[in-house]
Amino acid sequence: MIPELGHFALVLALCLALVQGTVPMFGAAWGIPGWMALARPAAWAQSLFILMAFVCLVTAFIQNDFSVSYVAQNSNSALPVMYRISAVWGAHEGSLLLWATILAVWMSAVALFSRSLPDETIARVLGVMGLVSVGFLLFMLLTSNPFERLMPAAMDGRDLNPLLQDPGLVVHPPMLYTGYVGFSVAFAFAIAALLGGRLDSAWARWSRPWTIVAWSFLTVGIALGSWWSYYELGWGGWWFWDPVENASFMPWLVGTALIHSLAVTEKRGAFRSWTVLLAVFAFSLSLLGTFLVRSGVLTSVHAFANDPKRGVFILAFLGAVVGSSLVLYAWRAPKVVGSGNFQLYSRESLLLVNNVLLVVAMASILTGTIYPLALDALNLGKISAGPPYFNIVFVPIMVPLVLLIGIGPATRWKQDSPWQVLRRLRFAVLVSILAGFAYPLLMGSYSLAVGAAMAIALWIWLTTLMDMRAKAAHKTSLWAGLRALPRSYYGMVLAHTGVGIFIVGVTLVTAYGVEEDVRMAVGDSHEVGGYSFRFDGVKEGEGPNYTASTGTLHVSKNGKEVTVLRPEKRVYWVQRMPMTEAAIHPGLLRDLYAALGERLPDGAWSVRIYYKPFVRWIWLGALFMAFGGVLAASDRRYRVMAKRASARAPAITGGGATSAPAR
Amino acid sequence: MTPQRKKRLALVALIVMGVGVSAALALSAFRENMLFFFSPSQILAGEAPTGHAIRIGGLVSKGSVQRQPGSLKVRFEVTDTVKSIPVVYSGILPDLFREGQGIVALGRLGNDGVFTADEVLAKHNEKYMPPEVKQAIATAQGGGTMRQHPGGRIE
Repeated sequence: MIPELGHFALVLALCLALVQGTVPMFGAAWGIPGWMALARPAAWAQSLFILMAFVCLVTAFIQNDFSVSYVAQNSNSALPVMYRISAVWGAHEGSLLLWATILAVWMSAVALFSRSLPDETIARVLGVMGLVSVGFLLFMLLTSNPFERLMPAAMDGRDLNPLLQDPGLVVHPPMLYTGYVGFSVAFAFAIAALLGGRLDSAWARWSRPWTIVAWSFLTVGIALGSWWSYYELGWGGWWFWDPVENASFMPWLVGTALIHSLAVTEKRGAFRSWTVLLAVFAFSLSLLGTFLVRSGVLTSVHAFANDPKRGVFILAFLGAVVGSSLVLYAWRAPKVVGSGNFQLYSRESLLLVNNVLLVVAMASILTGTIYPLALDALNLGKISAGPPYFNIVFVPIMVPLVLLIGIGPATRWKQDSPWQVLRRLRFAVLVSILAGFAYPLLMGSYSLAVGAAMAIALWIWLTTLMDMRAKAAHKTSLWAGLRALPRSYYGMVLAHTGVGIFIVGVTLVTAYGVEEDVRMAVGDSHEVGGYSFRFDGVKEGEGPNYTASTGTLHVSKNGKEVTVLRPEKRVYWVQRMPMTEAAIHPGLLRDLYAALGERLPDGAWSVRIYYKPFVRWIWLGALFMAFGGVLAASDRRYRVMAKRASARAPAITGGGATSAPAR
Repeated sequence: MTPQRKKRLALVALIVMGVGVSAALALSAFRENMLFFFSPSQILAGEAPTGHAIRIGGLVSKGSVQRQPGSLKVRFEVTDTVKSIPVVYSGILPDLFREGQGIVALGRLGNDGVFTADEVLAKHNEKYMPPEVKQAIATAQGGGTMRQHPGGRIE
């Protein structure tokens, strides 16, 4: 009964989405207030039914209803309840429902927090989101219904893939999807602005907080995925340039470009049409990400579902979204473009360079990810682009970008002199180069690359600090000045600091990390990174739904015991799949990592022992960025703006809207 | 041309140059780091280059896995059911590595015809066969209907 209820709720949601996607849009076009007013109630009702469907599927999983095909394929009665719930998004159908549910949440949030928006704008924004929802609901109902019954019902389920039975994977997809789907808000705002012909600062200010919050979620989602692959895949790597990772990284890069270009559009009125394009691309790449990961076109560790027919639908959907928005753009953008006036060297130009670099980086990743697929589809051979390709292309593009982090905020809008800026920052230039290149001297073996990377990280931190001091200098005291700086500024400071933290983490773990695969018999000791690992054998045991061989490694440094690592080799009962559970002793400055390989014929074990300095800084940096984003989105001016906008007459059309915000 | 236009032109030229450089960088990196896939039949037919990073794939031949006592060195054969080639690897094999299982290995082919693997991949699903391996087996059994493409690419 419950699955039918869920199915019915989806059908009703689709009907409501159709209403929401059409009536308010025509209302806005023809100026019929009653039709426009339908947007909010339709969004709420639709969200309610999608949520209901989601709850129905969760219930089916918790109750072990193996008469539902999707539950039978992805759950098992022996599965702990937490993983039964996360199994909802463990495969294709449920992931789509999660997508639609998160879209419903974003939609309700937009409907709720947009009281101040003109009726016309909100009608169009919710209308566009309704159309996106139509696409996903249709996709689900036509090709991948999670509520489909299985006749006869299965005795027990085929279990969730053991790789996914992990706390990290409980939260990773919802976070990532919240980011992906959040870009639909930026997209809807951009399309609404194009339709209304009002690409002005007000539009940028409305869509900015939404975009930044979506970006923050995406950042956390990617970091969680990286963290999960670090401890769960048992190789201790944090990024593999796997197509699935790239699929989430591409919208992130364009999203990063978008939040920067939105800043220019809001403050200076420039880059309007470019911002619109970025919003369209960020959302399209999010759709592409969903498509790549869940349609099974990729041959990677993540492609658990395999059904190319569904791929055709999403591809058509993607084509419709990109095609129609580009046509709309070509039709409307020439009318609304009015560029702000700025000189060759100005903050606008630097942000433009930032945008170009980010988009080029995205394009190079897109090439490496899609080109092999295209060749394969055309039967032109099987190739793949490995990590060397991505590292060689990506890193050189990122170097100027991160150097700009120091220069951009110190440069004035409209016009500045590069020599002046350099003079203002001379202290940072000197100290970061000296200290950065001196750092590897302390580490024994000298490496120029490490020196350069450390110099860049120091450069980011120092210039950020100096900029804070300079911006706070106009007040009576430094403290008063710092307190007067807006939250959005501190958001930027945090995010940029996070980039520096991330660079340090990546550099040091790559340069000074030690990875060794060794053969160990009971009682053997092995030294890695100054730590001594003593192997004390392996014991058999049982978990809730698996059998485990647990190894014991005593770790000591200079004769003092540091920790005991207990890496596991698990065999899950249902799928008979062996799994490696690494044991990690985490620390802010270093991780100790051990994983069991296999029992060798002579009774010894192969053991993987890693020493990973500063590896946590990689995810810490990402957290700084995400927190910075949230802080910036909570800036007072967005709330003040909300109140003021309600009293204001419709915004100016086209050029001239270069007025700076209140602060 | 007004000074304003001149400046804008300079900006555009700068960006075009930057994009051009990075595109050239990307393409050359792509050419050098592209990994081609070869089946054991193709390797024995002399189609694979030696000393270059390539990917190979097939089934691990039954009874072929030999370990060197006292170390992590392992030697096994990879077959497409018609031909097979020897592979050596040192390190920890993936969880799902076993005889009869489809694997993909990344490494270099030596002049002696032995493939030295840097990385061995087995998919995290026992029922799943890497598509390259599936096709290699189908082609090998189909009596060598492989076509040579311009540019040496093999299908």
